[in-house]
Amino acid sequence: MKTPVRKKRAVPDGRRRFLKGCLGTVGAAVAGATVSERAAARETYQRPAEALGLLYDATLCIGCKACVAACKRANDNPPEFSTTDKLWDTPLDTSGYTFNIIKMYRSGTMATKDDEENGYAFMKTSCMHCADPSCVSACPVTAMTKDVTTGIVAYDPEACVGCRYCVVACPFGIPKYQYDSPTGKIGKCELCRHRYKDGHYSACAEVCPTGATLYGRTSDLLVEAKRRLALTPGSVTTYPRGNLSGGPQQSYEGKVGNYKQHVYGETEYGGTQVLKLSAVDFAKVGMPYLPPKSSASTSETIQHTLYGGLLMPFAVLGALTYVAKRNVHHEDDEAPPAEPPGREES
Amino acid sequence: MSAQQHARPAPVGGSLFNATTLVCGILMAITATIIIVRLFFGLSSTTNVNDGYSWGIWVVVDVFIGSALACGGFCMALLVYIFNKGKYHPLVRPALLGSLFGYTFAGAAITFDLGRWWNFWHIFWPGYFNVNSVMFEVAACITLYIIVMWIEFSPVFLEKLGLRDARRKLEKSLFFFIALGCVLPMMHQASLGTMLVVMGDQVHPLWQTPIQPLIYLLSAIMLGYGVILFESCVAASAYRRQIEVSLLNPMAKVMLGIIALFLVVRFTDVAVRGALPEAFRANHVALTFWAENLCLVATFLLIGTVEARRNPARLFLAGITVMLSGILLRLNGFLIAFNTGPGWSYFPSVPELLVTIGIFAAEVFGYIYITRRFPVLPREETYAQPAHG
Repeated sequence: MKTPVRKKRAVPDGRRRFLKGCLGTVGAAVAGATVSERAAARETYQRPAEALGLLYDATLCIGCKACVAACKRANDNPPEFSTTDKLWDTPLDTSGYTFNIIKMYRSGTMATKDDEENGYAFMKTSCMHCADPSCVSACPVTAMTKDVTTGIVAYDPEACVGCRYCVVACPFGIPKYQYDSPTGKIGKCELCRHRYKDGHYSACAEVCPTGATLYGRTSDLLVEAKRRLALTPGSVTTYPRGNLSGGPQQSYEGKVGNYKQHVYGETEYGGTQVLKLSAVDFAKVGMPYLPPKSSASTSETIQHTLYGGLLMPFAVLGALTYVAKRNVHHEDDEAPPAEPPGREES
Repeated sequence: MSAQQHARPAPVGGSLFNATTLVCGILMAITATIIIVRLFFGLSSTTNVNDGYSWGIWVVVDVFIGSALACGGFCMALLVYIFNKGKYHPLVRPALLGSLFGYTFAGAAITFDLGRWWNFWHIFWPGYFNVNSVMFEVAACITLYIIVMWIEFSPVFLEKLGLRDARRKLEKSLFFFIALGCVLPMMHQASLGTMLVVMGDQVHPLWQTPIQPLIYLLSAIMLGYGVILFESCVAASAYRRQIEVSLLNPMAKVMLGIIALFLVVRFTDVAVRGALPEAFRANHVALTFWAENLCLVATFLLIGTVEARRNPARLFLAGITVMLSGILLRLNGFLIAFNTGPGWSYFPSVPELLVTIGIFAAEVFGYIYITRRFPVLPREETYAQPAHG
């Protein structure tokens, strides 16, 4: 094959212009990248003003799992078995067919509820509806979306390609895939958005007998959560049940728990729309430590800095095209074709 | 640099039916069967992937590692057409062929790992695609690159078919595809690293950094050269040809430069982020971190001197250590040092492994078929360069 070695030649005017153009492009790209870096430095998103969510208060939860059953019904999900007799729905974790589950924390003798030592506690596991969700950022085909008004993180199976980047990306391990199906979908809590038009709200909060899972606007829920943290443990207060931001008054009086002074979800990854209170350290009940800066914002800042407006790729392409045009020579230009006769065997 | 006359590439010839191709054929048939089972009965029928480790080896090995090992083509194109090192020209076609198969099969492999593969076209459809998603950039870019590589490689087919005019026309615009064929892999190989960023603390601090794109890009480039060392030695031994030591020697030196840069960037980053103490804990994560990086140090020990680089065995081993390091970097980030919380574990199932092996077999078979029938490798008779350069 012909050697693609450059030979020294006087640089013609056209070429010089081309070179200038290329340098200009690179300059523009560098400038563009610097500008776009500032423009692309994407802040962590915050919750929309009318964001909807849940407040889960682990000290009120009695572990009845009515919410687990109601969630199954509301989302038309099949039972999952973990016992040999297969008598009733006994999922051990959320899955492609279980969007909500109550998990139990156990320590030592398990004598008292909500004690870290020798006690037990409950924790709800379901989608946190992040202000800046990793799954939405990760999804290549916009199958995961965040509603601009309600902030609900919704899933559209018709758009989904099943790459499961959302499953891998979520810090809470929430989007789950149906591995046993040839047409498997992602399964996750969508805050029962399909039931709103019938006047319903999240099924888990609807059925929760103690108001441990409370539905409402996240702003209202956050006020309620902070009110509880300010109370003296052991004193008596009024707990709302069902829908905090509307519906019939269903409150009752109960004792104040020994809360950790932390509303989980207030600031994590920019905040979540589902908030949690607990008497046991959150790390011990499976809620990871998350900084106020979301990983989605870091990831998108990198992407937009490198590829924003395709400035950098085009600049590099322009420069490489120029160089390649100079260096690529063609066989047929010079050396007479010395095509060998076919050497094929039968 | 003077213009050298290289041997024109020519088909190696010989029978396509031998022990190697037979084994490849059997492995490919097994793979096809497993894929059919997976398509009818879902991913859990054949794989061990789960919600804790939703990406198994079909993604991490077949696509992430497979595509990185297929960077030889663009690395040679960079050297020959961008840095104008014409002497390496005989290495371009074989390297490009390796890349062509590596990427084409990586692209094919991802489709049957996709849970809803019939929607794959959404990646390219405005209204669906999400420009914020690193996965979108990777998927779109890899697909485009596969097409570009077939165009880059098509002169070989046109040459074989005797379509001289078509070839001449194509070659007039080939410089553009060569440039595009350098930019695209740089983009998505960098982004493959960025994929880890959104996963946050699930990825161990030794592998979680915002400069991920730079680390993965440098790693892909050194892998490209490492693979060429490996492939050249294997092809030479399999076809009983001379090893192009006079070319591999200086190329290996370029590779060492990239490795040195990589190590500086890698350790500076780990140190600046304060993650270095993590490397000195007594656990498997620290162990695999050192395995990953000591492989690169071993490369220097193997081929650090000009004299050592004249030894084909050392070049071959150096190719392997570089490949091992690149493989470990990706395995560590996406599987070994990836932790979604207690209770989750993953090890590939036998069918999963067989598919990965089968895809590799398909690449080997493709390489054999094309090099025996099409003009890719330099013609041996006229190739009379001394082994020492």
